[in-house]
Amino acid sequence: MSLQTPLQSRRVIADRMATVLIYAAFLLALIPLVSVAWTLVSKGLQRLDGTFLFTSMNNIGAFDDRGGAYHAIVGTLQQAGLATLITVPLGVLGAIYIVEYGSGWFAQAIRFFVDVMTGIPSIVAGLFVLAFWVLVVTPVFNDGRPGFSGFAAALALSVLMLPTIVRSTEEMLRLVPAALREGAYALGIPKWLTIVRVVIPTALPGIVTGIMLAVARACGETAPVLLVAGGNPAINFNAFEGNQSSLSLFVFEQAGVASQYAPARAWAAALTLVVLVLALTIAAKLLARRNPLAR
Amino acid sequence: MTTSSMIASPAQGSSAPGGGGPLPRRRALGAETVFRGTTTVAGAMVLVIIVAIATFLVIRALPSLGANQESFWTYEGWFADSDPPQFGIAALAFGTVLTSTLALMLAVPVALGIALFLSHYAPRRMAAPLGFAVDLLAAVPSVVFGLWGRDWFYEPVSSLSSWLHSVAGWLPLFGSDGPYGKSVLLGSTVLAIMILPIITSLSREVFVKTPTANEEAALALGATRWEMIRTAVLPYGRPGIIAAVMLGLGRALGETIALALTLGSTYAIGLDLLGPGGNTIAANIANRFGEANATGRSALIASGLVLFAITLVVNVTARAIIYRRREFTESAA
Repeated sequence: MSLQTPLQSRRVIADRMATVLIYAAFLLALIPLVSVAWTLVSKGLQRLDGTFLFTSMNNIGAFDDRGGAYHAIVGTLQQAGLATLITVPLGVLGAIYIVEYGSGWFAQAIRFFVDVMTGIPSIVAGLFVLAFWVLVVTPVFNDGRPGFSGFAAALALSVLMLPTIVRSTEEMLRLVPAALREGAYALGIPKWLTIVRVVIPTALPGIVTGIMLAVARACGETAPVLLVAGGNPAINFNAFEGNQSSLSLFVFEQAGVASQYAPARAWAAALTLVVLVLALTIAAKLLARRNPLAR
Repeated sequence: MTTSSMIASPAQGSSAPGGGGPLPRRRALGAETVFRGTTTVAGAMVLVIIVAIATFLVIRALPSLGANQESFWTYEGWFADSDPPQFGIAALAFGTVLTSTLALMLAVPVALGIALFLSHYAPRRMAAPLGFAVDLLAAVPSVVFGLWGRDWFYEPVSSLSSWLHSVAGWLPLFGSDGPYGKSVLLGSTVLAIMILPIITSLSREVFVKTPTANEEAALALGATRWEMIRTAVLPYGRPGIIAAVMLGLGRALGETIALALTLGSTYAIGLDLLGPGGNTIAANIANRFGEANATGRSALIASGLVLFAITLVVNVTARAIIYRRREFTESAA
């Protein structure tokens, strides 16, 4: 275009520059993603074997290159499992209240504070369970000693999971077409039965996706577990009594140990944790893609 | 009422002449009332938990605050386990704000760029899988980011530090001449990477919702793609961007483990970004909890209470912006 004035060419240059910067921003974000993935796999695979997955850290000293994360895997699975058992009924029922029954300022307030609660730092959730469960409730049954346990960690994880599950369930329930509910009412089915038999089954895939994402997040949390589970190098299958460890806590502990063998253990545990979390996340997203309501 | 009784009812009705009896009366304690009550209690749990968090943190913080020999708000050191205890939140609160501000300054431009890339630049088929890749960053646990920052990322950051010092060492920000390792710069960069996905996904959501009519009007007036974004997309998305940044800030303020592994854990107020130093309220709790005695724990709970209050204010503000925005768009639609 020979007729282009200097003004026009300046505009074209600005447009080109914006395009370059925006592509650059995206490429910049891929660098940490690739780097984390590469470091994780290359350093994590050094120790990730049967011994690592099926032995604990009991009696493993600083000059010992063996040891593993079995006790931590048990802890993570039990704590996340218990937290799911606590949170799913509570969260789904809470979302049902907000969508189906709630009206007026009370439901509005609950909706608002669910959103606010999503932003509570995980360490604060840990401190809360420490101040409430570990230091106040359990000493009553425990001769005055604070009761660190895997269950306390599950409670802290529940505080973090609850708003996420309420929120995602709420969104899914809102997507259920009103015609389905009206059809059930027209057949004389009471409201609660409509919710249980019609609304929930329709929204189920989406609800499950939300739950899986919340569980994946909870598995990776370190701070609350650090405060209330107590940590334990030996295997403890009882989440209700005695200290427990978890994969994320194990990574953090090994990162702080002054031993030439500790970093390899930390990375192997980190790789195990990421595989677990990513498997849950990807499964949840694939399930979401098959969800008929979401499109 | 159960399903079986509903199926049975027509048979009973057929025996009565004229069919159809009176409607079943509503019982005071029927399944409907019970179910409704249960869901109300479950919903109210959220409010109960938030109130309980504040109450129990205050109760457990009071003993140490009473025993503290220094001013909690202005003292910089942290000797909560000694007798008498001396501790203050000044250096920690300053470090928290400094690290989060730096992380936001690094993350926001990049996050907005990625969001625009995904909403307006990337080929439509690529946008979904690429957005998924960015979401994967959000799924990585924070302890893994901390480990990565401490074991690998510190190398490029220390090279960057010595370069910054040689170029602009006269600035107090870049005044330290080493040794470079765990520093505010390293912690903030790792933190920036961690809050990138949340800011990206929230602002992408509002960018995608820009009315097509506005975009096409801008293009029809001869705007280039960038001018269209500047005049149609960004103004429309401004409240959403502000809310996304506030939520990112909330996440950054509360981040614990990654910062516990990448900051220097010192107790001083200073603007030096490169040298060994830096600390935050949350990282301090994670680092000091293990060896804390009863008073020390109480002091850490007191600092956690301050963090809770700060994040509550930030989150309530962010949500209030989003809610006002939602009412606005819903009434316009």
